[in-house]
Amino acid sequence: MPTEILMPALSPTMEEGNLAKWLKKEGDAVAPGDVIAEIETDKATMEVEAIDEGKIGRILIGEGTEGVKVNTPIALLLADGESEEDLSKAPVSAPPPAAQAPAEEPAAQKVEETPKPAAVPKAEAPALPADPDIPEGTEMVPTTVREALRDAMAEEMRRDEDVFVMGEEVAEYQGAYKVTQGLLQEFGDKRVVDTPITEHGFAGVGVGAAFAGLKPIVEFMTFNFAMQAMDQIVNSAAKTLYMAGGQMGAPIVFRGPNGAAARVAAQHSQDYAAWYGHIPGLKVVMPYTAADAKGLLKAAIRDPNPVIFLENEILYGQTFDVPKLDDFVLPIGKARIHKAGKDATIVSFGIGMTYALKAEEELRGMGLDVEIIDLRTIRPMDLDTVIESVKKTNRLVTVEEGFPQSSVGDHIAAQVMQRAFDYLDAPVITVAGKDVPMPYAANLEKLALPSVAEVVEAVKAVTYRG
Amino acid sequence: MATAARKTAPKPSSAKSRSPAKPSSTAGGTPAVRTPKPEEFKQEQELSAYRDMLLIRRFEEKAGQLYGMGLIGGFCHLYIGQEAVVVGMQMALKEGDQVITGYRDHGHMLATGMDPRGVMAELTGRRGGYSKGKGGSMHMFSKEKNFYGGHGIVGAQVPLGTGLALANRYRGNDSVSLTYFGDGAANQGQVYESFNMASLWKLPVVYVIENNRYAMGTSVSRSSAETDFSHRGLSFKIPGIQVDGMDVRAVKAAGDLAVDWCRSGKGPIILEMQTYRYRGHSMSDPAKYRSKDEVQKMRSEHDPIEQVKKRLLDKKWASEDDLKAEDKRVREIVADAADFAQSDPEPDVSELYTDILL
Repeated sequence: MPTEILMPALSPTMEEGNLAKWLKKEGDAVAPGDVIAEIETDKATMEVEAIDEGKIGRILIGEGTEGVKVNTPIALLLADGESEEDLSKAPVSAPPPAAQAPAEEPAAQKVEETPKPAAVPKAEAPALPADPDIPEGTEMVPTTVREALRDAMAEEMRRDEDVFVMGEEVAEYQGAYKVTQGLLQEFGDKRVVDTPITEHGFAGVGVGAAFAGLKPIVEFMTFNFAMQAMDQIVNSAAKTLYMAGGQMGAPIVFRGPNGAAARVAAQHSQDYAAWYGHIPGLKVVMPYTAADAKGLLKAAIRDPNPVIFLENEILYGQTFDVPKLDDFVLPIGKARIHKAGKDATIVSFGIGMTYALKAEEELRGMGLDVEIIDLRTIRPMDLDTVIESVKKTNRLVTVEEGFPQSSVGDHIAAQVMQRAFDYLDAPVITVAGKDVPMPYAANLEKLALPSVAEVVEAVKAVTYRG
Repeated sequence: MATAARKTAPKPSSAKSRSPAKPSSTAGGTPAVRTPKPEEFKQEQELSAYRDMLLIRRFEEKAGQLYGMGLIGGFCHLYIGQEAVVVGMQMALKEGDQVITGYRDHGHMLATGMDPRGVMAELTGRRGGYSKGKGGSMHMFSKEKNFYGGHGIVGAQVPLGTGLALANRYRGNDSVSLTYFGDGAANQGQVYESFNMASLWKLPVVYVIENNRYAMGTSVSRSSAETDFSHRGLSFKIPGIQVDGMDVRAVKAAGDLAVDWCRSGKGPIILEMQTYRYRGHSMSDPAKYRSKDEVQKMRSEHDPIEQVKKRLLDKKWASEDDLKAEDKRVREIVADAADFAQSDPEPDVSELYTDILL
C-alpha cells in the first residue's frame, strides 16, 4: 500500500502552511534525505525531506496551494515493488485533528525539529473594545502580533538613529520566529546585528551600549535563554540608575517569546512575568493583542528605562485589529478593561487572556456578566484599575500560565486584600500553571497549564454559583 | 604528547619572573604584538605621575583608616600597590575615551579626575557622594568623566565595557573603551563571550587585566590553568602583552600602543598588567594566603611610587623638599575629602525612592 506523505508542521504552533514548491515530480525516485518539496508559513520556509525510499506515485496537493492543514496527505509514495495500480488502494485519509497524538509511526517525511502539534489554546481574534486612546473613525487593519511587533521596531528605528536590534538570528535568518523579518533589508547590518549564541555576553554588551546612550532592542530567542543573562539584566540594567544616583541608566528593551509554546517541555516553557516583576528598576510589559504589542513596544523603545517585553510564540500568529495611525504609542503601566461587566472581575495578561476570554463566553451563557481586565504591564502594575473593578464586582479571579508560588496573581491578591478588603465578597482565586516543571507529554502538558474550565470554576466559586 | 606540547607551549609567566619585553602571542593568526619599552618620561610627566599615584595611595590609606573607625561600611577594596596601572593608562587616553572597572575602583575614579570629595563621601554614604550615597565603594559612576563604574559582580563590567566600545563603533567616533578586570574575573565565562564579540566586530576596547596575583585569597596558580593572561585572547585572535604594572612608564607605553591599536580599527587588545596589591582583598581580609615577606619584597623592590621618586631625585628633577611639599599638598586634598565625607549629611530619606526609574 502506498505511503502517504503528510503536510509537516514547522513548529509546534503551526496549524497550516503553503506548499510552495515541488522539487520532485510524479515518477521520480526518492531516497531518504532527498528534499522533495518546500513549504512555508508566515514565519519560515522549510524543506520537506523523504524518510523512506521509493517513487513519487502521485502528488495530491499542487504547487502553490495555500492554507494546507498540517497532516494533510500531500503525496503518495510507492515502495519497491508497488506500481501505479496500487495508488487506488491508498486510504483517503482526512487530516487528523491537531490535538491527536500520533498513534503509529511518524509520517513519511521529516523536517528539522518536527514536534507534533499539540492542543494549544487558540483564541478567536476578539473585537477590540473601543480604546479611548484611538480617535473615532480610525481605520483598523487586521494584523498579526508578529507583524505588529516588527512594525513597531521598524517605525522606531526610522524615527531614531540610536535604536538598533541585536540578538541571535535577528538579521540574516530574519528572526528565529520571524519577528525581525525585513529589518536587515531596510536598516542594514549596523542596526540589525546577529550575535553569537552568548546570552550573558550580548545582554551585557547591550546594556553597555545603553549606558553610552544608544537604545538597543535585545532579542532573546526565548526568555528561557535569558536566565543566562539574568545578572546583566538585573544587576547591570535595572540597578545602575539607582547606584549611579541618577547619573546614568540603561534605555534598553529586552524582548522575545516568554512562557510555554507547545510541547517544548520544562526548559523552554517558563513564564518569567513574576520573576522580572519582582525587580525594582525594570518595567515589565506583557501584551495580548497586536495593537497592544505595537503600541507598547513603541513605548518601550522610547522609554529611558530598561523594559522587559514578554511576548508569546502562540500569540505571534494571531490576528487582531490594529489602528492605522502614524504614531500609535500606548502608555506603559496602564491596564485595559477588555470587557466591562458587573458580576466578577478576571485579571489576566498575555496569553492568560485567551483562557479568560473563553471562560467569559461560557460564563455569559450561565448568565454571569464578567469584567475582564488585561493588565498589559506587570511593572509598574495598574492596581488602581483592578481595585476600582473589584469595588464594583466584589469578586476577583486572576489568570496566568506561570508557576503558582509568588505569582503575579499572588501579588494582586495581596494588594487587593490590603487595599479593598471590605469590598471583597469572596476570597480571591488565583488560577496559575501547576507547581511542576512543564512536562513534555501532550496530556500532562495540558494539565500543567491553566484551563478554561479552571477559570470558569473559579468564577463560579467566587460568585457562589454551584 | 603532553610533554611535547608542554615544551613548545609558551612558558607560563609569573609575577616573580617578570619578562616584560618578551614577544607576545602568535598562535593561529593572532596578530603579533610586542611589549613596548618603557617610555622615557619628561620631567612634567614624572611629576604628574608621582602626584596622581600619591593621591591614590594617600586616599586609600585614609579610606582604610575611616573604615577602621566604622565610618565606611560594607566592603572596601583598596588599590594600594596598583597605582601605576590606572595612572599610566590614563596618560594614554584622550577626551571621550571611557573607563569601566570592577569593585576595586577608587584608584580608577581618582585617575579619571573625579573629585576626591565626591568619592570619599560616597564611601561614607553621604549625599555629596557621586551616587548620592546610594552606591557605595563598589558602585560609583561619573558621566562627566566618562567613568562607567564601579561594578560589584566579578566580570560583569567586561560585556558592559565591550558595549561601550560597540557604541563608539556605532557612532563612528574614535573613542576607546578601557575595560579593566582582575585575574580573578578573567576566569568568568562572560569575559570570553565578550572577547568573541569584540574580536568578531572589531570593537575598540582595551582589556586591561590587572593581575595582582590573587583572586581574593586564591593565587593565580591555584585558580588558572593558563596563568599568562596575555594569552587569554588567543582563541579569539586578540593579541595581548604582559606589562610591568609596577612601572608607570611601562604602563604608559603599553597604553599608547593599545589605544592606537584600537583607534586604528584593529579591534580589541589585551594588556596583562603584572601588579600587586599590598593590602588584603578587602578590609576584612587577614591575608593568610601569602607571606609578609612576599608583600615586603614587592613594597621595597617594586613600589610604583618609589620608582618615580627615585628617578625624580636621581635626575634632580625634584628635591626631597619639593616632594615633601607635594606630599603635603596631596595629604591636604585627602584630609579635605575625609572632612567633607564625615561632615556631609546622609542622603535625605526622600532619596530612598528616587532614581529607580526615569
